[in-house]
Amino acid sequence: MQDVVLNQITKTYNKGAVRAVDEVSFSVDKGELFGLIGPDGAGKTSIFRMLTTLLLADSGMATVNGLDVVKDYKQIRSRVGYMPGKFSLYQDLSVEENLSFFATLFNTSIAENYDLIKPIYVQIEPFKNRRAGKLSGGMKQKLALCCALIHRPNVLFLDEPTTGVDAVSRKEFWEMLAGLKQQGITILVSTPYMDEATLCERIALIQSGKILSIDRPEAIINQYPETLYAIKAAHMSKLLHDLRSNPQVKSCFAFGEYHHVSFQRSDTNQEVQLLKYLQELQHVGLEIKQIQASIEDCFIRLMNKEHAGSRH
Amino acid sequence: MRQLRFLLQKEFKQIFRNRALLPIIFVVPVIQLLVLPLAADYAIKNISISIVDHDHSSYSQQLVSKVISSGYFQLADYGNSYDVAFRQIELDESDLILEIPADFEKGLIRENHQQLFIAVNAINGTKAGLGGAYLNRIIADFNAEIRLDWQDPQRFQEFPTIEIVSSNWFNPLLNYRFFMVPGILAVLVTMVGAYMCSLNIVKEKEVGTIEQINVTPIKKHHFILGKLIPFWMIGIFIFSVGLFLVARLVYGIIPMGSLGLLYGFLSIFLIAMLGFGLLLSTYSETQQQAMSVAFFFMMIFLLMSGLFTPIESMPHWAKIIAWCNPVTYFIEVMRMIVLKGSGFADVKMQLLKTIGFAIFFNSWAIINYSKTN
Repeated sequence: MQDVVLNQITKTYNKGAVRAVDEVSFSVDKGELFGLIGPDGAGKTSIFRMLTTLLLADSGMATVNGLDVVKDYKQIRSRVGYMPGKFSLYQDLSVEENLSFFATLFNTSIAENYDLIKPIYVQIEPFKNRRAGKLSGGMKQKLALCCALIHRPNVLFLDEPTTGVDAVSRKEFWEMLAGLKQQGITILVSTPYMDEATLCERIALIQSGKILSIDRPEAIINQYPETLYAIKAAHMSKLLHDLRSNPQVKSCFAFGEYHHVSFQRSDTNQEVQLLKYLQELQHVGLEIKQIQASIEDCFIRLMNKEHAGSRH
Repeated sequence: MRQLRFLLQKEFKQIFRNRALLPIIFVVPVIQLLVLPLAADYAIKNISISIVDHDHSSYSQQLVSKVISSGYFQLADYGNSYDVAFRQIELDESDLILEIPADFEKGLIRENHQQLFIAVNAINGTKAGLGGAYLNRIIADFNAEIRLDWQDPQRFQEFPTIEIVSSNWFNPLLNYRFFMVPGILAVLVTMVGAYMCSLNIVKEKEVGTIEQINVTPIKKHHFILGKLIPFWMIGIFIFSVGLFLVARLVYGIIPMGSLGLLYGFLSIFLIAMLGFGLLLSTYSETQQQAMSVAFFFMMIFLLMSGLFTPIESMPHWAKIIAWCNPVTYFIEVMRMIVLKGSGFADVKMQLLKTIGFAIFFNSWAIINYSKTN
């Protein structure tokens, strides 16, 4: 059964000048952990706000938990949990006050759904009398998750929950999500971090309001058509320039301490030829190795393809 | 109901935890009521006067001492050069010059006629007008005294004179504070509605908590009531502090009319102003925007309300603005009930208009609120 369905959803801003969400369609199965992956401004938040009934779409339709987001918005509100990207709880209320306030708004109590939030809440319980504004980033995020869960929602929307959170807290957070999935909650999470994509069951890559690809992360990686090499040298910027002016190179972009390169043709001696070419250009400290494509590589390839497609 | 109770509970917790707002709620009414009536006193005193006396006769001496002993004037200079006196006006050391010509006494006795010259620094129009008027009255008094002196007591009856006796109603001592304090109380309440209420709602928008509230199944009218009720109560509280603590203890103002009517009118006026605050908040995204817009309207509400200047003396277009200003009616009613002891029948029209404002602002705000969400 599908818990979230979007059908040709479009949202524009500034009287149609900005197409934030452009005919997006996808669906999320019940109990699935679905990731919406894309850079800032891709339209992730707009999609979330439309699904949580905060924003009306210009056209298209969407259902959450089998309910129409426009017609049945009232019922949807008691069935979904939403954690906005920006921390938006009452900073001047304590942890416990925030939680019991939101519990009351949903006509429930902390005690009633304690078992659901317990694994997360125990971590912040020692600070339950502290004002929410005085919590650390990771703690705030846990509190926000507790508040979004307090009414035992069927579908949980998490908008960039790990943005601006340290690496350890990010890891913990994804472990918490895995735990919630076990409880049968459908989770829709958005993130700009490509490395988090593999932690989702299925992902949608989104860019400029358009879906580039929807699949399991492994499937998206396996679809990467070319063999990919990582290359580095002493002068990285010169290297990038030289690689791009080499006709045998198909694509090349900076990627951390390496440049990722793919070739026009796939025979094995491409690698050797390239090294020779670069040595002639006085590059030192050259290192090249074949690598497995990451989600980010897939994203960049799809983005370039889309870009080239829209230009022609 | 349980949700509304929790909303109110949360709102009060937040207000009482706000270190900046809480003292303001208590201090503002006291300070404003203590300071503003003194500053807004129109009785002009301590006008500096330079007297240029070319005569130095007993009559000129009598006139000078009469002017000084009136209590309105302070002698800045007494000399015999008009240029020196004018220099003092230029240096702002003096507001008025009274020039007594040479042979003032002689001329008065021989020709039964004499002229005095008054020059007024008219930069501050009110001070100049009133100062000149006071001085004219003193001179007229002086003139009458001289004429009485010359009268043959036997023939006194042949000069009929009209004596005017005035009696001041409602404020017998013409105490300006009696007029200002009820007006300022009205302003305080307006500020609670326009500022505090709108800023509070916009803060929820700015921080993003309103998003979190909007995804809950809570009803819109519960949320709005949860915002309006606390500020309605704070408004009543501030008003009571002002009325019972400051107005009564410091100024000795005790409302002549019924307290029930006063508070009844206040309650409705507060609903109107809270509706106005709510309206502002639906149009603002940030507290800065709300603050600027609220400030603009507060200035108009205050200056066009008859608080400082009577509406009757405004030009016609300004009167129209004043009539569209809800604060006008509340200040009017405050003065009527507190000073005159007016009853329900006297304030019926103002009450109806205020109810109109309450309905107008609140429905506009609610329509706009549901449109933006």
